Amino acid sequence: MTPSPSEIIELAAGLRGRGGAGFPTATKLASVRRAAAPRTVVANGEEGEPGSLKDRWLLRERPELVLEGLRLAAVAIEADRSVVYFSDQAAEQSVIRLAPPTVEIIRVAPRYVAGEETSIVRVLDGGPALPLAKPPRPYEQGVLVLNVESLARLARRAAGESDPPLLATLTGGGRPATLHEVHPGTTLRALTEAHTPDPVRGVLAGGLFGGFLTTLDVEVSHDGLAAAGSALGCGAFRVLGPDDCPVAVAAAALDYLAGQSAQQCGACIRGTDALSATVAALRAGTATAADLDLLATRASRLPGRGACGLPDAAARLATSLLTVFPAVVRRHLIPGCEACRLPVDLHATSTSAPPQPARRLDQHTTSTSAPPQPARHLDQHTTPTSPPPRPARDLDQHAIEGVRA
Amino acid sequence: MKLLLDSTRCQGYGLCHEKAPELVDLDEWGYAAITRPPSSPEDDRAARAAIEACPAQALRS
Repeated sequence: MTPSPSEIIELAAGLRGRGGAGFPTATKLASVRRAAAPRTVVANGEEGEPGSLKDRWLLRERPELVLEGLRLAAVAIEADRSVVYFSDQAAEQSVIRLAPPTVEIIRVAPRYVAGEETSIVRVLDGGPALPLAKPPRPYEQGVLVLNVESLARLARRAAGESDPPLLATLTGGGRPATLHEVHPGTTLRALTEAHTPDPVRGVLAGGLFGGFLTTLDVEVSHDGLAAAGSALGCGAFRVLGPDDCPVAVAAAALDYLAGQSAQQCGACIRGTDALSATVAALRAGTATAADLDLLATRASRLPGRGACGLPDAAARLATSLLTVFPAVVRRHLIPGCEACRLPVDLHATSTSAPPQPARRLDQHTTSTSAPPQPARHLDQHTTPTSPPPRPARDLDQHAIEGVRA
Repeated sequence: MKLLLDSTRCQGYGLCHEKAPELVDLDEWGYAAITRPPSSPEDDRAARAAIEACPAQALRS
């Protein structure tokens, strides 16, 4: 039986968006419900963060959960139009196979800013997938954009799970990307130990948005990461292993962000590029102490200056590099550090094959200091002829059967 | 009143800063940055002048 609109909004109580900003889902639902018709609901699976896999995995492997969440959200706001929006080619077949004919499927070219909710509004209006200035925010104009994991969690709530786990992607540390279900109370330390047996000197948290973090004894949650001065974001963590230099990782991340700028806002075009250039110089051993002072000043002035959060991510990254790793940064001043000039890969690559199922990170095992299980790798080299991945046990037992029942 | 900047429209003319130096700063490349919201009748007048002066229509209330 389908719950009523107000029952669905109640179901969403306490859920926070999983696209990155962590906005309360119930607030968005209630806000769009009050907006004038026509109203549109969008399942946003355009995962711009290079180190995140979860949205692609959900669309490829658990499309029924996303579509059920989309159906519930559409009921809640009495939507005139339902859309699934993403770029992943491999997800297209699985979505088309299960989506009702009333659901529109929009596939765009992949880009960091294409998943920004104002970019989606622009696409719905026939424009390019580039951000618009806010306000107004889309949910104030009758467009409800919810991340596909947010929708999957709503569906799991409707199926009776009070606290569905989060999905987290871990990359780096010389390991292939791993995808994890994170249950409440799980620490970042337990999560990184499930990714790699090697020592971890820190992480780049929240995709490219949360900056560096060396405190691993924090709960993997919005509040836990925020209390540590970081951000959960989309739940992607780039691990810094023993061979990873924070300067090199920051340089690669800033280079990526500068390259992904929509080139719409002067402050971002110039500002993000300037941060990237200085950290690149630091990596190359050609930066001076004065350059670092300028970097700190520029980074402090950049947040909030663009239509989207890209310059904010760049600023947080640069600032956290300076504040979290000051000694490492000083060692990179002229003549620099030889070790960190190796290439850095930020991508949770999975272009040709569906990722393996999520492995449950059992908080009870890890919190009692038992040796961590080796993480199951999302093998990017798996070919399409390989056997299909087995379904994830937890999702099957607790969510999918429940949703269909 | 509010003073809102559409940073996708700002072309760095800098006239907003001429009209409302207390409310709008320019960065090292000349792009506008709102420093604080208007908070007095005098601020409101300056904000309106800045909005009217922008050739790119990047400011609004």
